[in-house]
Amino acid sequence: MALLQISEPGMSTKPHEHRLAAGIDLGTTNSLVATVRSGVPATLTDAEGDYLLPSVVRYLSSGEAIVGSRARQAAADDPYNTIASIKRLMGRGREDVTTLAGRMPYHFVDEENTVPRIHTAAGDFTAMQVSADILRVLKQRAEDSLGGDLSGVVITVPAYFDDAQRQATKDAATLAGLNVFRLLNEPTAAAVAYGLDKGAEGIVAVYDLGGGTFDISILRLNKGVFEVLSTGGDSALGGDDFDHALAEWMIEQLGVTDTSDPKLMRRILNAAHEAKLALSDSLETRISVELADGERRELSVSREQLNKLIDPLINKTVMACRRALRDADVTAGEVLDVVMVGGSTRVPRVRERISEFFGRPALVDIDPDQVVAIGAAIQADILAGNKPDEEMLLLDVIPLSLGIETMGGLTEKIIPRNTTIPVARAQEFTTFKDGQTAMSIHVVQGEREVVDECRSLARFTLREIPPMVAGAARIRVTFQVDADGLLNVEAREETSGVSANVEVKPSYGLTDSEIEHMLMDSMAHARDDMQARALREQQVEADRVIEAIQAALHKDGGELLSTDERGLIESARDNLIERRNGSDIGAIKEAIKAVESASEEYVARRMNKSVQSMMAGHKVEEFE
Amino acid sequence: MAIDLDFSRSYFELFGLPESFEVDTAIMADRYRAMQTELHPDRYASSSEQERRLSVQGASWINEAYETLKDPLSRARYLLQLKGIDIDADKDMSSDPDFLMQQIELREQLEQIESEADPLSALDRVAADIRSWNHDLRSQFAAAFEQKDLATARQTVLKMQFFNRLFDELRRKEEQLEESLM
Repeated sequence: MALLQISEPGMSTKPHEHRLAAGIDLGTTNSLVATVRSGVPATLTDAEGDYLLPSVVRYLSSGEAIVGSRARQAAADDPYNTIASIKRLMGRGREDVTTLAGRMPYHFVDEENTVPRIHTAAGDFTAMQVSADILRVLKQRAEDSLGGDLSGVVITVPAYFDDAQRQATKDAATLAGLNVFRLLNEPTAAAVAYGLDKGAEGIVAVYDLGGGTFDISILRLNKGVFEVLSTGGDSALGGDDFDHALAEWMIEQLGVTDTSDPKLMRRILNAAHEAKLALSDSLETRISVELADGERRELSVSREQLNKLIDPLINKTVMACRRALRDADVTAGEVLDVVMVGGSTRVPRVRERISEFFGRPALVDIDPDQVVAIGAAIQADILAGNKPDEEMLLLDVIPLSLGIETMGGLTEKIIPRNTTIPVARAQEFTTFKDGQTAMSIHVVQGEREVVDECRSLARFTLREIPPMVAGAARIRVTFQVDADGLLNVEAREETSGVSANVEVKPSYGLTDSEIEHMLMDSMAHARDDMQARALREQQVEADRVIEAIQAALHKDGGELLSTDERGLIESARDNLIERRNGSDIGAIKEAIKAVESASEEYVARRMNKSVQSMMAGHKVEEFE
Repeated sequence: MAIDLDFSRSYFELFGLPESFEVDTAIMADRYRAMQTELHPDRYASSSEQERRLSVQGASWINEAYETLKDPLSRARYLLQLKGIDIDADKDMSSDPDFLMQQIELREQLEQIESEADPLSALDRVAADIRSWNHDLRSQFAAAFEQKDLATARQTVLKMQFFNRLFDELRRKEEQLEESLM
């Protein structure tokens, strides 16, 4: 694919410095992996030459997980053990399953746990574990193709994913043994691929309609800076819903009264899907379905009929576009280009309506399936450090407001939607009882004023608050959203300076210990291998730390450090060099920590200096 | 643990701009991008955990500074804060009686907008009015602040806050109207 040709002659990276990295588009319907080789990003194919991996996993009673087209082909015959569209359940709770998954034939395990699990022949699995099985296949594909271990990956997520959905995606990657450099928003990834390819400058709208998610992002592209102005969408709306709308119409037309047969329902859904695809090229198509009694029935459907069925769904996306423009404070006329991403933008009615809304033809000349993975690969290559001179900068935003529950079940917004990340906001709380040593904070995400209508993210319990009279304690809680869009909470009592212990209970996620447990389980059969891998990883990490500190000392150690300070850092470094050559993983880890703590102040001084030298540059400009 | 990226400097110092209400937004945007190019977590994705943490803090701080100075109302509030005058964005209200009357009238106008023949263009008209009042208030603030008349500057900020809230309401109303029309 000639989407991008960013090869810099004379800038070939030395092979020993090049770190293997990949971009992964973990989609509702299909998943892809891409990488940058010799400066050219491309998606990677399997042995059959396919770059799309259907996001379908079939679990066999032998315990084996089959991923991809072979699993998809079995969906109609083995509906309970063949899991499709798992992305819709990522970071979702039990009550979502009842509303969202009314259409999913799977058997959900009935238990107290807030994270729903699907019962299959191979055992019970969470959405995170199913996603991890898909990621493992992509990881293997990349490593086979590149001939080495991946140092890290960029995984794309819908821009409209909330904190729980993002965290579940990151946890799935950890479970699959991947080091995640960054979670990247899908429309932003598309904008990177598109913007670098076309050299575009100005306001761009990315309309991303996938199998199960919808995003709209408005970006400003300027000299390699991709600044997201606003984002909106629906993390439960996609081409799947088009299929379902058509399937429901078919059920009515065919006079099917018993909708409880999962195999029949799957056949009708498959037929609806095929018909939708056919109607992208023709104005009319015939559908043939085998009913429960074995009789085969035929049905004719027109594009016009499909349009009528999906128009209400497209209306929802248009509404989101309107709001995104408003949030970005730009008009449709100011939008330079509308980039279409995601397989569902192949539907002619979608293109028509969106072109009409923005008043210009939507760009469809880029491959809507591959563009997200390509953008992720470009970003992964940069994050791996393979392009030290690359000036590209992505400034993304938080899609949904973060708030806390206040008196009377109302929300107080702490960080409003469309705030550029990373972002930190502090809020002060106090105790309302004498001697109170603990308090609980309920964090929610969403735009509604009533807590119950927002998404519950987590309950934080602060403990070890020093006992004081009511109202005397000043607890400063910092909400930090990192560049992945993930929230961290820190709390500190200001008068005593004591850090309160924050205990997190995620509403729809797994606790760290649960994830650790799953990790151990998945590794149990390959422990020795894992051990060797862990050591190798730790050694690579040690080399990186040693190399970084060497380079820093060489550059400005003399200027920023006293002889004593430098001596301390050097002795920590020498100790690390010694440990690195041993095989004690724990000792290497500790030695790395020691170097980091010895150089803490030095690192801070260096960052300060880099900011200051930039400001000094500005001063010169000002005098000119 | 306090990492000293010299967070004690004011946002104006950070951007190398004079402490004034009038700012050159183009220069500010350029410097913001230049600083993020240095400090953004994407530059430290393969660095040590400690550097990554520092970069998240530094980049958050720069984002906060930029957001504060970019928006005229928060910039005005911040200037007063540097002079020791804290204004609560939600609670503090203007006490000017004439202004109170105007507030009531405007709110009533907004309440009744659904019954207008063309509610969306009626909303556009109110929005244009708010923009023009805001524009005047900004000039008033700049002048008062320049003359070190902080009491007047404070009153002006309180009025700006009212229009800001009204504008938010208007946007919500617009959204509801559009939804009902779809």
